Amino acid sequence: MSLLELKSVSKGFGPPGARAEVLRGINLSIEEGEFVAIVGYSGAGKTTLISLIAGLILPDTGTVSLRGVEIVGPGPDRGIVFQNYSLLPWLTVFENVSLAVEQCFPDWTPEQRLEQAERYIRMVHLESAALKRPSELSGGMRQRVSVARALAMEPEILLLDEPFGALDALTRATLQDELARICQDTQTTVVLITNDPDEGIYLADRIVPLSASPSATFGPSVEIDLPRPRDRKGLNHLTRFKEIRRELTDYLVASSRSKRLEVRRTLVLPDIEPEDLSIPRSAIAGRTRPIRRSEIKRETVEI
Amino acid sequence: MRNIRSKLDWLLMPLVGFMIAVAVWEFVSVALCKELPSPAKTWSESRDYVLKPFEKRGEMDQGILRFTWYSLILVAKGYAIALAVGTPLGFMLGLSKTFTKIFDPIIQVLRPVSPLAWLPLGLVLFVGAGKQASELGALFTIAVCAMWPTVLNTAVGVRAIPQDYLNVARVLKLSRSKTFVKVLIPATLPYMFTGFRLSLGIAWLVIVAAEMLTGRPGVGGFLWQEYNALNYARIILCILTIGFVGFALDRLMGCAERCFKTA
Repeated sequence: MSLLELKSVSKGFGPPGARAEVLRGINLSIEEGEFVAIVGYSGAGKTTLISLIAGLILPDTGTVSLRGVEIVGPGPDRGIVFQNYSLLPWLTVFENVSLAVEQCFPDWTPEQRLEQAERYIRMVHLESAALKRPSELSGGMRQRVSVARALAMEPEILLLDEPFGALDALTRATLQDELARICQDTQTTVVLITNDPDEGIYLADRIVPLSASPSATFGPSVEIDLPRPRDRKGLNHLTRFKEIRRELTDYLVASSRSKRLEVRRTLVLPDIEPEDLSIPRSAIAGRTRPIRRSEIKRETVEI
Repeated sequence: MRNIRSKLDWLLMPLVGFMIAVAVWEFVSVALCKELPSPAKTWSESRDYVLKPFEKRGEMDQGILRFTWYSLILVAKGYAIALAVGTPLGFMLGLSKTFTKIFDPIIQVLRPVSPLAWLPLGLVLFVGAGKQASELGALFTIAVCAMWPTVLNTAVGVRAIPQDYLNVARVLKLSRSKTFVKVLIPATLPYMFTGFRLSLGIAWLVIVAAEMLTGRPGVGGFLWQEYNALNYARIILCILTIGFVGFALDRLMGCAERCFKTA
């Protein structure tokens, strides 16, 4: 049985009648220890998808299940790293991480919890900043704290929602390397949401493209059979890398093009009733408009 | 030289301002309105009260700081009631849309009512308390008038909590009470303190009016008594005291506010 399973999931927003479908017919199963990247346009519904897995929102149809148990709400078994870090600004780095630890392992002794929090802060190399508040940290450091917090919960699955989207290219590369290392060390199952195919290929075991909005759905997934550890510079010259990249980009571009051709307009019929123009208007009879056909009592039908 | 001057600016510039104000005051008292006591006369009349600030010579004849102290104690009590009632009310308004729909109109109607209008009602309410009536009435007035900024700012603060923080609480499965203590309160604190600061300002405004009407010993009561005794110089002393104390209170709250600013 796969660890995470999405079965014909769809989700839309808005009031009934004007509902805008974001995701349609999503099927995905993720094995234990797998690193899956979901690549798609921004606005395609990637964040909606990860919120569904996290349980922050529930699907309209279909089911999301973890180890065969349907997800009905958020929980610490799915550690999530939000796009905008979502650290609590009034807590220090250490307190942010240890709040999560405290919450996930209530039966542990204080020493064990302290050890756990420190271990994960060490893992993301933030020992020196442990007592600082998020506002004193750079974007990259904040995102590391967020990763440490998610990992310290020892989740079954780690959900990353465009974790490096807001970072500059150099920091992003460093953090990608660190993420690759951490994932290999901890053997966590990861779902990475990204809009950068290269990032997906560099990090993941499998890439699933998400077609353009509205009603986004998954395209054929691509196995990344490149050996690990991967070398960022060498990767660009591998034929297999180029193939995968082309495959992905082709699918995404094609999906967006087909979406653009689709005309989505509700046809509004004009509010007109047929009138018999042969009958003259007469204001004397109290009429200001010609008689409508439906108002004529007798109608001759020619046979 | 230039450097030293700019460093002393924070002290020198306000001093210049005060000197100009005193000069205008002197000019008005000499040339325009003979009834207005001049700065020198004000000083000579109120020297006793300023130089022996804690002396008690009689019920309505005490050092100015002693009067201020009475007023501050009353303000502290009323302000504490205002915060104790206003903060939870603000949280409820911020958390529940239904609650807002039900009570917001009432709050908007009660908010602009002047302390002078509340005080008689307060006195009537506590008429059974006998001797305590004037104090309880004053407390009631301070609490009712000073509450609104706290209520409204807390409500705004609760509504402004980013969804991200609430998502974190949900993912961590924080219990309701823990979410409240660990997320809601810290996230609202900066707004709450803005409310507290405004409330304190109002509480200090109200105390003077309340004391004037009830004749309780305090800065406001002293002011009214000196007006009745036709001693206008001491009225100016009272006004200056009220102003400086209000300024100091506001500064204190400003410092406290800064301590709780997050990100």
